[in-house]
Amino acid sequence: MLRPRITPCLLVHKAGLVKTVGFKVPKYVGDPINAVKIFNEKEADELIVLDIDATVNNVEPDYRMIANLAAECRMPLCYGGGIKTPEQAKRIVSLGVEKVAISSAAVENPGLITQIADEIGRQSVVVVLDVKKRMFSKDYDVFTKNARYNTKRSVFDLAVEAEKLGAGELVINSIDLDGSMKGYDLTLAEGIRETVSIPITILGGAGSLTDLEALIRTCGVVGAAAGSLFVFKGIYKAVLISYPTLVQRDELICSLRHKS
Amino acid sequence: MIHIIDYGLGNVQAFLTMFKRLGLEATRARTAEDLVGVSKIILPGVGAFDHAIQLLDQSGMRPAVESLVVNDRVPVLGICVGMQILATSSDEGRLPGLGWVPGRVRSFRSEERSASLPLPHMGWNDVQLKPDAPLFTGLEHDARFYFLHSYFFECDEPSHVAAVASYGLDFNCAVAAGNVYGVQFHPEKSHHFGAQLLKNFAEL
Repeated sequence: MLRPRITPCLLVHKAGLVKTVGFKVPKYVGDPINAVKIFNEKEADELIVLDIDATVNNVEPDYRMIANLAAECRMPLCYGGGIKTPEQAKRIVSLGVEKVAISSAAVENPGLITQIADEIGRQSVVVVLDVKKRMFSKDYDVFTKNARYNTKRSVFDLAVEAEKLGAGELVINSIDLDGSMKGYDLTLAEGIRETVSIPITILGGAGSLTDLEALIRTCGVVGAAAGSLFVFKGIYKAVLISYPTLVQRDELICSLRHKS
Repeated sequence: MIHIIDYGLGNVQAFLTMFKRLGLEATRARTAEDLVGVSKIILPGVGAFDHAIQLLDQSGMRPAVESLVVNDRVPVLGICVGMQILATSSDEGRLPGLGWVPGRVRSFRSEERSASLPLPHMGWNDVQLKPDAPLFTGLEHDARFYFLHSYFFECDEPSHVAAVASYGLDFNCAVAAGNVYGVQFHPEKSHHFGAQLLKNFAEL
């Protein structure tokens, strides 16, 4: 059986790892390489690393950092941040990264999704959509540039477009729930699952293993991504990296096994 | 020495890192001249079938690799697309494969039972082993690996199937034909499961 993926998402800001709340107030949580080493030991399913400075500062991806992360990482790695051209994507893959994430650049220039897919294969192209719920509506707006700019486009429309243009995976990131640890937006997750037929990963809101389980119950085989859940411990949010064991992961997905 | 064929596809560095951790000697081969003292060959890969064949041709290493595998019976392990190009042909491309393991590479989309599932088939999947598959020694219980692909290998000869995984249908995720081995998943990114498989290959 294909298993749901449980994916830590790490944010890089000023060369350190941070965790945000609502895409704001980045709190330093440690060194990126050290975190990768810990997730290696815990045998994490895969890892997403997003450089949240590169696009807003309009700089190139930090290839040296990416190479260091890729060399250390013994699980599949997805990198995002500052990628605007197929050449950059190709270079990042050549450093040993399995998947390349694009967000603002893909929304502003959707043709880029196809160009990158042609260069590195669609299985390695991840489109990240940062979304906020619309007032008095069931729809969600897609934002770019770390939630600073509202494109006023529906996440469902952009999800369909991204799939059509060659995305191999979608990451749907809730700005409203980022860092809240209140649980995923399951309505959003279910809506996206019904909209596209590529793998999806949901990010934003996970605060407990029960939240991961609820998402897996709702969507079946899905990527359950989280930041705070895997870097904080306790109500005072002490920094401590954690991740469910293989046995705990088996327990999380047993509801799926019974279904199938 | 284990030689990892660097023809521009796949994560060569990940294999080198993994073998180093296992305390096994491995090196990267970029040209035919690098292929000296070869005891094992790893053919990595990711992406499209024709692209992989073209890059292998352009690398200048194909004749030397073919000679080592076919004439000298050096064990070779193809990974992902590196496994698919061991086949005779692929529905994904027009170019012929290496033909070392008779079979055809097919799309999940072409099969009714898997056509509606999300593609690519991506993530960790459980693997059922055929008895006495030497690549999987020590992995008889609880074997799982990381997959990322939309096409699968269909063997002409059932005895060449070394393991199957399930995604709508049961598909061959590992092949073994004499000294030629292939796995659809990524052992280099599959933690201790993948490390054990690469160690088994090194010790064949």
